[in-house]
Amino acid sequence: MTTQSQHAPKMATPLEPVMQFDPNAKVPFAKWVQKHLFTSLWQSLMTLVVAALLLRFAWFVLKWGVIDAVFYTPDPDVCRAAAGACWAVIVEKHRPMLFGLYPYDEHWRLVIMMVVYLSTIVASLMPKLWNFKILIPLWILSVTSIGILMFGGVLGLVYVPTSEWGGLPLTMILFSGTVLIGMPVAVVLALGRRSPMPVARGVSVVFIEALRGVPLITILFVAVNVFPLFLPAGVEVNKLLRITVGIAIFFACYQAEVIRGGLQAIPTGQYEAAASLNMSYWQTTRKIILPQALRISLPAITNHIIAAMKNTSFVIIIGLFDILTATTAVMQDPLWRRYYIEAYLFVAAVYLFFGYALSLYARQVEKWINSGRI
Amino acid sequence: MSNIIAQTQSPSPSPSPSPSPSQRLDQGPMIKLRDVSKWYGHFQVLHDVSLDVRKGERVVICGPSGSGKSTLIRCINRLEEHQKGEIIVNGIEMTDNVKNIEKIRRNIGMVFQSFNLFPHLNVLDNLTIGPMLVRHMKKKDAEELAMQFLEKVRIPEQAQKYPLQLSGGQQQRVAIARSLCMQPEIMLFDEPTSALDPEMIKEVLDTMIELADSGMTMICVTHEMGFARTVADNVILMADGKTVESGTPEEFFGNPKNPRTRLFLEQILKH
Repeated sequence: MTTQSQHAPKMATPLEPVMQFDPNAKVPFAKWVQKHLFTSLWQSLMTLVVAALLLRFAWFVLKWGVIDAVFYTPDPDVCRAAAGACWAVIVEKHRPMLFGLYPYDEHWRLVIMMVVYLSTIVASLMPKLWNFKILIPLWILSVTSIGILMFGGVLGLVYVPTSEWGGLPLTMILFSGTVLIGMPVAVVLALGRRSPMPVARGVSVVFIEALRGVPLITILFVAVNVFPLFLPAGVEVNKLLRITVGIAIFFACYQAEVIRGGLQAIPTGQYEAAASLNMSYWQTTRKIILPQALRISLPAITNHIIAAMKNTSFVIIIGLFDILTATTAVMQDPLWRRYYIEAYLFVAAVYLFFGYALSLYARQVEKWINSGRI
Repeated sequence: MSNIIAQTQSPSPSPSPSPSPSQRLDQGPMIKLRDVSKWYGHFQVLHDVSLDVRKGERVVICGPSGSGKSTLIRCINRLEEHQKGEIIVNGIEMTDNVKNIEKIRRNIGMVFQSFNLFPHLNVLDNLTIGPMLVRHMKKKDAEELAMQFLEKVRIPEQAQKYPLQLSGGQQQRVAIARSLCMQPEIMLFDEPTSALDPEMIKEVLDTMIELADSGMTMICVTHEMGFARTVADNVILMADGKTVESGTPEEFFGNPKNPRTRLFLEQILKH
């Protein structure tokens, strides 16, 4: 074949397949490995060392987490005899971990509540349903039913005060309360800080700087212990509400600075174009400036929203047990306390699930924005 | 006003197709500037500038950069605040009174050097947002109006695209259509072709010429001397915040009185 082609006259065919460059062509695995992992002696050495360490770690995880692990047993002594993980602790303790101090016989209400909550959130995040005619009734319906399920006291349900709420449902309520109260406050603070009116600007600057400068725990302490001193006698604001507002305002101060960054990125030409169309300050802000500023700051906004989800653990200061503190409390049980690693891994997995879902969604929103869909 | 092309194409009842300025401009001044001065800190950008613009008049302002020409027209719709003198548009004086500012802006459209389209809205929404929010038009009517003007600037097929998907010339024509959707009596152009590639300048100038032919009152800050020669009733040279020369294109280009004008024309026409 080669000798023949040497003798044959060369014919340049326009369709010569070898010369065509296909950017989507798959690089063979062996070639990829050679190019990225074994280009030089030093790199080959490093590859081997890292691979060995990874394999060692993977083997440990497999042996501890699966091969030697106990998955189900009501008897802690079985776990004690085993060399690996004791996942049985999660099976055994999942209800107090997930639902905290909520009365044991009423846990089914929390399961329904979580289904309602998650389906409402998922529905609200879909651009297809971004229509007030759908969303407002949906939210009224689900907030009412979540309220009925959590509090009870009607329809033959036992009344459960907020002091007995706990676990994952409490985390969810605190988190969505924080975001729903915090985001509008953040927008107002960010606009106030850039307002042409000196009073609005002054108030926003003092508010943001003062609250951003103190730790969250201080704000919550004030909300819980100091704030009631200023109320007239007999008036009482629910503790859970106070702490939600406290976390929300702390969240808003950080978020306001993020949004301000987005506002500053809008060129003055946008304001001038709106002014030349005779649009008012609020029309310009609502329709021209904010939509662009929020798009620009979306990655940083997501960052703070995910952080807010984890800040909900601070409810421990009013003696409420969210999923993390509930787990800590459950792990006081002397029979099971040595398996706290497994229990915390479970809680970490729950947080990771929600945090990762949030960041995946944010990434999707960025894609929608870039393709001009929203 | 809503029929730029129809007006220019339909046989005109008057014997001459383009009536002489003195016939067209019989009314008193629509825009009156009297001794307008402005400072940026200690630097004075405008020195006692006076200018009358009659209804239907087309004024071209040129001059070296930093001469205050953009600042001057930006004062007319209060994108900049003047500190001394009077600006009167349609008999309303420009003061700090927000009501007055709104009344004056209602009659003035503006086109910017960098287009300033709203990048998060598609072309159609860019055009309808003003009429819907400010003039409370129904969405359907606003869209009809918008399509009319998009056809006039000859890009109706781009209605669903986003500004950044268009060429510079197309973006500027969208910007012109956006201003026209507010149905103003006066159009201000702030160097509308300066940010454009040479091959796109013509399409924008053609749109502006059609607009001029429809009888629109226009003040254009531009370096396009060809445009000034064919379209302008009054050409003004500004330098160092003052009006140096003002006259018809024949006088301005043929027989400039001020040596500063001669120098400017020499520099700009050399290329």
